[in-house]
Amino acid sequence: MDLVVAVLFQLVYGIANLALISLGLAIIFGMMRVINLAHGEFLMLGGYTVVVATNAGVNIWIAMLILAPLVVGIIGVIVERLLIRWLYGRMVDTLLATWGLSLLLIGLVTSIFGASTATTISPPLGIIRLGDYSASGYELFLIGVTIVLFIAVFATLKMTKLGLVARGTMQNPEMSSALGVSTTQVYMVTFGLGAAVTGLAGGLLAPVTGVLPTIGATYIAKAFITVISGGASILAGTAAGSILLGGINGIFAFITGPTIGEVALLVAAIILLRLMPRGITGRFFRKSL
Amino acid sequence: MTLSRRNFVMGTTAIALTAPATIGRAQTDNIKFASILDLSGGLDIYGAPMAETTKMAIEDINAAGGLLGREVELTMYDAQSTIQFYTQYATQAAAGDKAHTVHAGITSASREAIRPTLARFKTLYFYNTQYEGGVCDYNNFCTGSTPAQTVAKVVPYAMNKWGKKVYIVAADYNYGQITAQWMQKFVAENGGETLDVEFFPLDVTNFGPTINKIQTAKPDMVISALVGGAHVSFYRQYAAAGMLKEIPIASTTFGVGNEQKLISAEEGNGIIASYGYFEGADNPVNTAFLERLTAKLGADRPVMNELAIRSYEGAMLWAEAVKAAGTADRDPVIEALRSGLTYNGPSGPVTIDAQTNHCSMNVYIGELQDQTWNIVESFENQPPADTQLVCDLVANPNQSTFLFENGLAAAGIE
Repeated sequence: MDLVVAVLFQLVYGIANLALISLGLAIIFGMMRVINLAHGEFLMLGGYTVVVATNAGVNIWIAMLILAPLVVGIIGVIVERLLIRWLYGRMVDTLLATWGLSLLLIGLVTSIFGASTATTISPPLGIIRLGDYSASGYELFLIGVTIVLFIAVFATLKMTKLGLVARGTMQNPEMSSALGVSTTQVYMVTFGLGAAVTGLAGGLLAPVTGVLPTIGATYIAKAFITVISGGASILAGTAAGSILLGGINGIFAFITGPTIGEVALLVAAIILLRLMPRGITGRFFRKSL
Repeated sequence: MTLSRRNFVMGTTAIALTAPATIGRAQTDNIKFASILDLSGGLDIYGAPMAETTKMAIEDINAAGGLLGREVELTMYDAQSTIQFYTQYATQAAAGDKAHTVHAGITSASREAIRPTLARFKTLYFYNTQYEGGVCDYNNFCTGSTPAQTVAKVVPYAMNKWGKKVYIVAADYNYGQITAQWMQKFVAENGGETLDVEFFPLDVTNFGPTINKIQTAKPDMVISALVGGAHVSFYRQYAAAGMLKEIPIASTTFGVGNEQKLISAEEGNGIIASYGYFEGADNPVNTAFLERLTAKLGADRPVMNELAIRSYEGAMLWAEAVKAAGTADRDPVIEALRSGLTYNGPSGPVTIDAQTNHCSMNVYIGELQDQTWNIVESFENQPPADTQLVCDLVANPNQSTFLFENGLAAAGIE
């Protein structure tokens, strides 16, 4: 019984982890059709923000929950102004430009902080006991944050004027523009928000993974597979993709081992995209956000 | 070697082709030392300190008047964690620069990419990384430690300390796979039991399911051969789940990329590892070396590990051999190296083993406390016993192979 609970907990955590690293990418891709290959590096910058801030004596919660999204969000806005906005509608060009950006960011961070970075941050919460098993309290916190984050993004898109304008702009930029919406500003804010969500995710993961200039590469593939499998809807798609792929990965990793777990995730994604080329939300929940 | 017409033609052509180059070299008169390491990309956590110590070795050699009255000229190539650059730069170093020696490679894959090239160009090759053992190549000197030197020491030490039931986690490529086999062998030899072995692709960052399995299996200890930045997550998540205090960890890889600095003190306290070098190695050469390094790079210099120290010692072994041979040409230098040459380095005496072109060296067991390794036991002059099982360059010098299974069969492992 304890084992079942412990495994289920890890399964949910695996899903939340996938959802957390993918959400920022989903916002940028789903809303703007921009494929951001520097997504992994935005996660990495979130992690570095937390490391630098805590080394400077900032409280870890403030560093993770406020500074990381703020810093990466601002970087996102700058990137959008300097790079992305010239390339709207040119998917291959944005792909190349953001890939270049990814290499640039890795190079910059390496030259500033060195190839490896000393960190002293550890997960700030205790241990949860489940009979013979134990899990990190911080993992439970991450699951909670992921749920709250999804609700917050949903509320922003559905209930605020900003969300309405943003959704309108994404559906029909010309009409929005004719109605007096400054579409360039909407794009900028959306990209910034996507980057901020990514920065938050990177900051939150800093205490449980290594913070290295090249750590983004380990996230980017999984985030993309999740978003593409999920389909066009930002929230429903990311959630569905994470649950399906994270679930399969977790179950197979527990039964057989991590290698087969990764293989199972990729096989599931391939089969899924063969059957549903537009992702899960291309077929189901099509009206959802 | 029998002299066939083809050999004769190739030999004379080579002499004819190299003759102008030799004249060209006489003008600059420098002895050329090429280094190819990953200074960027995913492997730079290993490559950057190795490059620093390589530079320092060449500076030290030149400060002492160079070799044979000539200056040693260092050319460094950054392979950017990409195998294809290794091949390209190895060709450039051997054929273009006409380097007298090439010190290169971090992963076994990079070594295997360039070893045949350097053998073909008859360019002396040093591989200064700890690895899974098994290279048997007349032209290639492997100065790093192998499993029989380190795993054989850390497994019994940890089992005496913690108990007999072992759970192995390892990286899913040849180093991890082969090392895990050696671990199982040494666990069995010491009367222990391996409960499970798990392999992880290099980009896995979520170790939750494995931590559950370890909790289910209830071993006395976990032995890790995890590799790279992503796998650092294992140690963090393991500690976060409160496991490190209950089931301790021994490792053959933790620390070689200075991982102890990537996690906080309490996430690493008590981890045990074994290498050919820790900074605490107690000898005057080491003390002097670290002082000079600090003076050169400042107090925030990288922590020295086996890879970095062996890069220095590898360069110095080569320099000693050049001095002994009285020339920088390949064949006499190889002869000098294989005569049982010893260099007294920061890790202690390092001696070339002529049977394998590997090194006999001191081996240390360290315990991590507050991000610093404290040496708890040391073993003098340990031979590369695994590679010795399958490789004999004395009996048959004409070899240039990588025995992938590295004596596992000879040691009685399936």
